[in-house]
Amino acid sequence: MSSAQGTERKPKATRNQYGETLLELGRERSDIVALDADLSGSTKTGKFAKEFPERFFNMGVAEQDMIGTAAGLAVTGKVPFASTFAVFETGRAWDQIRLVICYSNTNVKLVATHGGITVGEDGASHQALEDIALMRALPNMTVIVPADATETNSVIRTVADYKGPVYVRLGRSNVPYTMPDDYQFRIGRAHVFHTGKDANIIAAGIMVDAAKKASELLATEGIDAGVINMSTIKPLDEETLLNAAKTGKVIITAEEHSIIGGLGGAVCEFLAENHPVPVRRIGINDSFGCSGGAAELLQLHGLTAENIAEAVKTSLKNAQ
Amino acid sequence: MSVMTKGKVTDVEELKKIAKSVRIRILHMLTTAGSGHTGGSLSAADVAVAIYFSKMKFNPKDPSWKDRDRFILSKGHAAPLQYSIMAEAGYFPEETTQTLRTTESPLQGHPCCKRLPGIEVSTGSLGQGLSVANGMALGLRLDRNPARVYCIMGDGEIQEGQIWEAAMTAAHYKIDNLCAVVDCNGLQIDGPVAKVMNIEPVVDKWEAFGWHVIDIDGHNMEQIVGALDKAEGIKGKPTVIIANTTKGKGVSFFENKVEYHGVAPSLEELEKAVKEIDNE
Repeated sequence: MSSAQGTERKPKATRNQYGETLLELGRERSDIVALDADLSGSTKTGKFAKEFPERFFNMGVAEQDMIGTAAGLAVTGKVPFASTFAVFETGRAWDQIRLVICYSNTNVKLVATHGGITVGEDGASHQALEDIALMRALPNMTVIVPADATETNSVIRTVADYKGPVYVRLGRSNVPYTMPDDYQFRIGRAHVFHTGKDANIIAAGIMVDAAKKASELLATEGIDAGVINMSTIKPLDEETLLNAAKTGKVIITAEEHSIIGGLGGAVCEFLAENHPVPVRRIGINDSFGCSGGAAELLQLHGLTAENIAEAVKTSLKNAQ
Repeated sequence: MSVMTKGKVTDVEELKKIAKSVRIRILHMLTTAGSGHTGGSLSAADVAVAIYFSKMKFNPKDPSWKDRDRFILSKGHAAPLQYSIMAEAGYFPEETTQTLRTTESPLQGHPCCKRLPGIEVSTGSLGQGLSVANGMALGLRLDRNPARVYCIMGDGEIQEGQIWEAAMTAAHYKIDNLCAVVDCNGLQIDGPVAKVMNIEPVVDKWEAFGWHVIDIDGHNMEQIVGALDKAEGIKGKPTVIIANTTKGKGVSFFENKVEYHGVAPSLEELEKAVKEIDNE
């Protein structure tokens, strides 16, 4: 069901993997350039900056200008990776992303870190809980939320080769290795750990690990809950989703994002039109976060394996 | 048409003739479309004509030619001006100009790069073009490509904060393969710029942001060409041309009329306007 050797490694933040993979890409390809808005130490683009100062542009605290500059670099044939915290990248510069990246279809990679509630102590102003909704609404945009460092590495390499706008959402906190070691990410292709006959949990980002744990908990009670990593939220892997909806009785979505407009929203939109089944969305319930430790905040907002398992049981009961 | 090379049209009288033709085509396009931005298309016409025909190298038959000079119309609502120039240069047939602002047209209400080859990046939401111009200039510099980048902004447009972010960036990265222009026609939709949101002192602001500033009469072709020549020689910092212009320039009854910011000429107005420009 999962990679045995993977789970033994020390947890690692997806942003740390990004910094390493971007540096490797910089060594392999001279067309890779990076931009940051004064957060290169946190987003980990600083590693690239140190080795390739001529291909790194620190834009200062100016996200809107960063997006425009990235678009300009893209039209001269560069492959820009533009990074800052998810809340600033998607919120502060949304109109810029819309006009000069999506409408213009420029080859810019927006790789934002500090997505979700696990930003922790910095509090609500710095916790992006709406970024996936903001990005998903834009035509031409691909939206990806990797689950762990293994997937992040594969995602960053894949989007560097893909031509077009991409939003990749990474996290601040360390997360366990949850994907198989030989896993290869493909845009629009979900990873099915297994399909459940009773329920299926569609998760993204750090919630994939929680979903796997929830599935194990449920198995001890004789409930077969499948787990699917829907790391590409746009375009959604509709075939896999449809199969899960047809195999099990209920669908549970789990994401570190508002239940409005993110993975849960995308899943509901598709299923409502194509194969209506009961869906329960686990996520942030239309509220802002607050300061606190990452684990503490996950508990506070009901984003734990136990919460997911409970939701599965309630859904199955209601579906009877 | 073959590749336009630098200095293709150096004769000022010839540039003035092109500007007349460009203005007349703008008016025809707008009248046919029945909507669009007359005042700001006419105010920036002389500067834009001088940039395209006296300075830029480009190939209308190969709009993505990698050594081309780049132009970005940050004040995207003056799209009819860029379209008229592109028609003049041979990017598309004359009859295409009659499709302005219609569903299938490459000539959208504001410049769209996916519809019209030769537009570098789509514009229309104000304040964004200078950042894109910086990015293009940095990309060209990384490639050691000697091509230059031109960007025209409006005076109302520089009320957008992003312009000043980009102004800092250009100076910080010593972007000297870029020449920006502010088309200072003094009017914006809600009235005089000075009344809506004062931007003065414009020259001092750009100087304080680290730019080389050239302050000119934006309708004097000798001054425009002189400023563009000078900009090419400024090294180690970006150059901005403050072009003092008249909104609606060339048509007496449109000049300095805020009402014609976003209104197209009627058929009667078109006839009178074309006569005025012809007889000038």
